[in-house]
Amino acid sequence: MTRLPITKTPKVYVGGAFIRSESARTFPLTDAAGNFVANIPQCSRKDLRNAVEAAAKAGPGWAKRTAYNRGQIIYRLGEMVEARRPELAAALRLGGASAAAATKEVSATIDRLIYYAGWADKYEQVLGSVNPVAAPYFNFTVSEPMGIIGLLAPPEAPLLALISLLAPAITSGNTVVALASSAQPYPAIILGEMLATSDLPSGVVNLLTGLRAELIPTFATHAHFRALGGVANKVEQTALKLGAAESVKRVKLFAAEAPINWFSSEQQNVDALRAYLEFKTVWHPIGA
Amino acid sequence: MPTLLNKKRSAPTLRRPAAPALIFGDLWNYDPAPETADPKLKSRYELFIGGKFVAPASGKYFDSINPANEQKLAEIARANAADVAAAYRAAKKAYDQTWSRLPGRERAKYLFRIARLLQDRAREFAVAETMDGGKPIKESRDFDVPMAAAHFFYHAGWADKLEYVAPGRRVASLGVVGQVIPWNFPLLMLAWKIAPALAMGNCVVIKPAETTSITALKLAEIFQDAGLPAGVVNIVTGFADTGAAVMGHPLAAKVAFTGSTEVGKIIMRSLAGTDKKMTMELGGKAANIIFDDAPLDQAVEGIINGIFFNQGHVCCAGSRLLVHEPIAAAVLAKLKQRISVLRVGDPLDKNTDIGAINSPAQLATIKRLVAVGVKEGATLYQPDCALPAKGYYFRPTIFSGVSMSHRIAREEIFGPVLSVLTFRTVDEAIEKANNTAYGLSAGVWTDKGARILKLAAELKAGVVWANTYNKFDPASPFGGYKESGFGREGGCQGLLDYCKLD
Repeated sequence: MTRLPITKTPKVYVGGAFIRSESARTFPLTDAAGNFVANIPQCSRKDLRNAVEAAAKAGPGWAKRTAYNRGQIIYRLGEMVEARRPELAAALRLGGASAAAATKEVSATIDRLIYYAGWADKYEQVLGSVNPVAAPYFNFTVSEPMGIIGLLAPPEAPLLALISLLAPAITSGNTVVALASSAQPYPAIILGEMLATSDLPSGVVNLLTGLRAELIPTFATHAHFRALGGVANKVEQTALKLGAAESVKRVKLFAAEAPINWFSSEQQNVDALRAYLEFKTVWHPIGA
Repeated sequence: MPTLLNKKRSAPTLRRPAAPALIFGDLWNYDPAPETADPKLKSRYELFIGGKFVAPASGKYFDSINPANEQKLAEIARANAADVAAAYRAAKKAYDQTWSRLPGRERAKYLFRIARLLQDRAREFAVAETMDGGKPIKESRDFDVPMAAAHFFYHAGWADKLEYVAPGRRVASLGVVGQVIPWNFPLLMLAWKIAPALAMGNCVVIKPAETTSITALKLAEIFQDAGLPAGVVNIVTGFADTGAAVMGHPLAAKVAFTGSTEVGKIIMRSLAGTDKKMTMELGGKAANIIFDDAPLDQAVEGIINGIFFNQGHVCCAGSRLLVHEPIAAAVLAKLKQRISVLRVGDPLDKNTDIGAINSPAQLATIKRLVAVGVKEGATLYQPDCALPAKGYYFRPTIFSGVSMSHRIAREEIFGPVLSVLTFRTVDEAIEKANNTAYGLSAGVWTDKGARILKLAAELKAGVVWANTYNKFDPASPFGGYKESGFGREGGCQGLLDYCKLD
């Protein structure tokens, strides 16, 4: 007699807890052949607002961590992913990726985390400056995290793209609410379990699953988001930018229509960090 | 031997008699000290498109008024959408055929030339700026014009060093940039916008504010004298419809706007369906925080400069004074005495501290919000100074007893009006300072270095002035957090907003 395996109930990682949608709604996940796999939480606008609240609570503490500490925690996240490579690869294969492609994407994901972990205590020296003003003042420009960032992950490379979007945001001390690809949500469900064991404080990263069309209006208009990023098509971009205007949000979107090679080294650079930084300039007189 | 310490401090014989308060105000008549340099104004200013002064398609002109005496200074061309389109065509042609092909070192030379030619004519420009906008001549002479020249000089040197702006990346120009600027620093804002755009290799279509177009068109004369290739900078004058055409034109790869948050949001909405890059430098309601250990007299000068500089027509004006409770009464008394000796009047007079309000519309806005302040229960103080019979003037104004819920503590007044609030603890000061939708600037006055660095880190503002206020420099990035906008102007950070990275 074969043993009936225990299947996992997918839950989303919000505020450090694994939750179902408050709406109690789900949508079925099927594998590439069309077989039922599991029910994925169909998060609601209320779930999104709760996630923003969790991100707001976590924000000041995370931003105050030393850069060295943030770097170690993101490295630790890399360690957690490395240890569970087969599980993530299996999640990617559900979406139709070949074994080789899935393995490649998991490897690239880990490497991307390690890349940004190393940036944590260095980008300030690259992006900040001491400014030679023409008067007796000490004048310097430093970066600060923007706050809460809303991210929309694409279906292509659902794990690598999600990490490529959120890693630079959290490296510099922002907190994130990310919506996983509606078509490929399962890798984000598994990733949540690694976030939970990575020393990342609760609420720094909040991952939702659900329907883009339903949640984009709230991403657009929620005034606590300081910036919106990720991948969106023309119609979605217009909606997001219209909503962003109401509270002067920063919008950093990739066009869904143009193919993005997430594996390329061009998708990892210090400017991805800069996208979610504010620059503050401080003046102080020099004198006795 | 009795020492000073042993002496009774309360002994009346040791006390100096209290000095009589020195209130000048209207007690003394000052002789006028007018600046008399010739501003060399034309009676009519045309649009500057493709390197030439051209009449507007509509044939329409509007008057530019001297707000100090309500006299007409000149007629300004009113550009419509067709004129804006012609400006964009000229800019695109210049970009494709000339400017984008010039090596950086050659672009630099043009910018250096512009800086030098502006320095040569500095006094003439200062007088024109003061007549057109109403700001005191001492400010246009010592700040606006030299700083505008400095911006061209600073950015000139970047034009052939752009590989150092974004380490590890290749920077490229965007193309044609559309820019709309406000009336508070007409020439300086023009320089802030044009210099980095040109250094990076872009061409420009720019619209000055309708009340302050003259120095922009005088600068166009300098562009001609400098031999700047035709079409690299195009200046279109007019009202909001002209501005909307500049922001919305399809040839604009990027738009940069400085102005109110309200208009900034309108522009963001109108461009939501496009891929245009944007930078926004919007309003502010800055907190100027003064602690009980601050050097009081120095701080009072800084508070005065923070709010009354340029009649308070400054987006980063220190319009909310947060005073540590133990010194609140002393600071308020000093402020009242200080504003009673500010000289309000003829902007061309070298002794004038507070000039004319830029326009009747702005004067009405200031009066409306001041009336709201009184109605909401704040205590108003204005010195009893005479104002000129003609022109738009407003007395320096201090509101005490203001709370965070008052509209005068939340809304940008953009005039010489200071709202005074108090706090007890550092945390309360930070909380109150950050309790606003804006985040452009902040000031901190204290003797404690560690406290300055803590506040500098905690204040959600793009510029923090510690023991100083309203300082600017081309090398120093300027720009806001939150609803004060995004993008930076000045420094290498500012250049990044005018390029794309490959």
